[in-house]
Amino acid sequence: MHAFGQILKIETRLYLRDFASPLITIALPLALLVVFGLIPAGRERNPQFGDRAFIEYFAPSLLVITLAMAAVNILPVVLATYRERGVLRRLATTPASPAALLAAQLVISLATILVGAVLLIGVGWLAFDVPLPRHPLGFTLALVLGTAALLALGLLVAAVARTAKAAQGMAVPVFMVTMFFGGVYLPRFLLPDFLVRIGDYTPPGVQALLDAWTADAPQPLHLAIMTVIAVIAGATAAKLFRWE
Amino acid sequence: MPVIEVTNLHKRYGDLVAVRDVSFTVEAGEIFGVLGPNGAGKTTTVECVAGLRTPDGGGVSVLGLDPRRDGARLRQRLGVQLQESQLPDRLRVAEALELYASFYRNPADPARLIDDLGLGGKRNTPYKKLSGGQKQRLSVALALVGNPEIAVLDELTTGLDPQARRDTWGLIERVRERGVTIVLVTHFMEEAERLCDRVAVIDGGRVVALDSPGGLVSRVVPEQRIRFRPSSPVEDHVFTDLPEVSSVTRSGGQLVVTGTGDLLHAVTAVLARNQIVAADLRLEQSTLDDAFVELTGQRPAD
Repeated sequence: MHAFGQILKIETRLYLRDFASPLITIALPLALLVVFGLIPAGRERNPQFGDRAFIEYFAPSLLVITLAMAAVNILPVVLATYRERGVLRRLATTPASPAALLAAQLVISLATILVGAVLLIGVGWLAFDVPLPRHPLGFTLALVLGTAALLALGLLVAAVARTAKAAQGMAVPVFMVTMFFGGVYLPRFLLPDFLVRIGDYTPPGVQALLDAWTADAPQPLHLAIMTVIAVIAGATAAKLFRWE
Repeated sequence: MPVIEVTNLHKRYGDLVAVRDVSFTVEAGEIFGVLGPNGAGKTTTVECVAGLRTPDGGGVSVLGLDPRRDGARLRQRLGVQLQESQLPDRLRVAEALELYASFYRNPADPARLIDDLGLGGKRNTPYKKLSGGQKQRLSVALALVGNPEIAVLDELTTGLDPQARRDTWGLIERVRERGVTIVLVTHFMEEAERLCDRVAVIDGGRVVALDSPGGLVSRVVPEQRIRFRPSSPVEDHVFTDLPEVSSVTRSGGQLVVTGTGDLLHAVTAVLARNQIVAADLRLEQSTLDDAFVELTGQRPAD
């Protein structure tokens, strides 16, 4: 436990030292929220967005940026790099376990997502009248399950990739698909209906986040699919993951 | 008292037999070399000693512990420096040592270790900015930071320039003076000759010889050669009559006398008796290199 604490401390320091990663993961969505919030049209209610303002409609997609960056972009590349460079193997020769390093990386991803979500919700609420999640329990569930599904996919990439380069090569398309179906590149009202439906079931499940944030409880099927993806991808990753 | 006992170790990866049958013991306080050509099974052998791999057959006992069953206890007492294991780019020297020190119950003082290894000026330097020699020294420091009783060092000086290599050798000698038993995996004969008390030569997954470096050389290639230019003509039999001499050859004005035992003394004595002065005299002794070639049929990689 002591070793885990020390590893977490150092890994957090290394993560923050990297600077670009936390900046894009947390500050980019916030900056976009501020930009759209400052445009008057962004705050007007519009029947196209289910009688919501554009920034209310778009905020869950901004949250997808944080989730996708932390879970399927940064995490797998860091883990694959550590494996390729023998950092995990070296740790296996000490009384500390390489599993502690994996756990520390997961904690950092979760903390990043939590901080990103709290800032996005808080700034939206305080500055731009984006309501706090109307269904807090449903929102928490949707966020937790969506995060779990994406982290499991990130771990799967880390497990399958043999090298850091390969991990990067696999992480980029997964990241872009996540962003696309999360409505980040094109707001979803611009997408054809069938792509929107696919997006409902693509981790992290942006529709469930939107429902719980601005309306009512998320649909159970949306949450169930996230759970299934998390379990299957997570179990496969655990089976395939190699320390060296 | 042996601190490491390896008996009939066997390890395969799929169809490939990496270690066929390896046995040796390492005594407390010695520097034990594991030598062999690439792919001979050296690294697999020490990985089994360090508990990183499970042997398919045979036994390994380190400090009386089974590396697989008592891994957690053993790792408190055994320091390992692995081939090609790096650290995160942005991790600083002092951070790395303090982190690793925190894993052990009785760690060495990281600050002193940094000074001992000549990294005092690099305390806050990120790993990425270190030179090859500095990275290697940091790696050795990490293997020693837990105050281990045994240190396993795999391909310690590979990739270092000659000066950095010599500096690292000095370091290993200082570590031994502290009473640490060292297992040194290497394919540099000069390194083994200089540092090791005993060496096991491994080839094709087997121990083909185990002796002191000097013992190996004299056992495997006992011949020495003396070359010189005699000041006046001399008959072959002057030398071949000596019991130490096995043959005499001539090339140009040069004589080459080959033999065993105290060859130099015998030859110079007979020259003095005959009042012949030997110019350009050179004694050529076999080295561990020659012994290695003789034992494995391969040139040591360099």
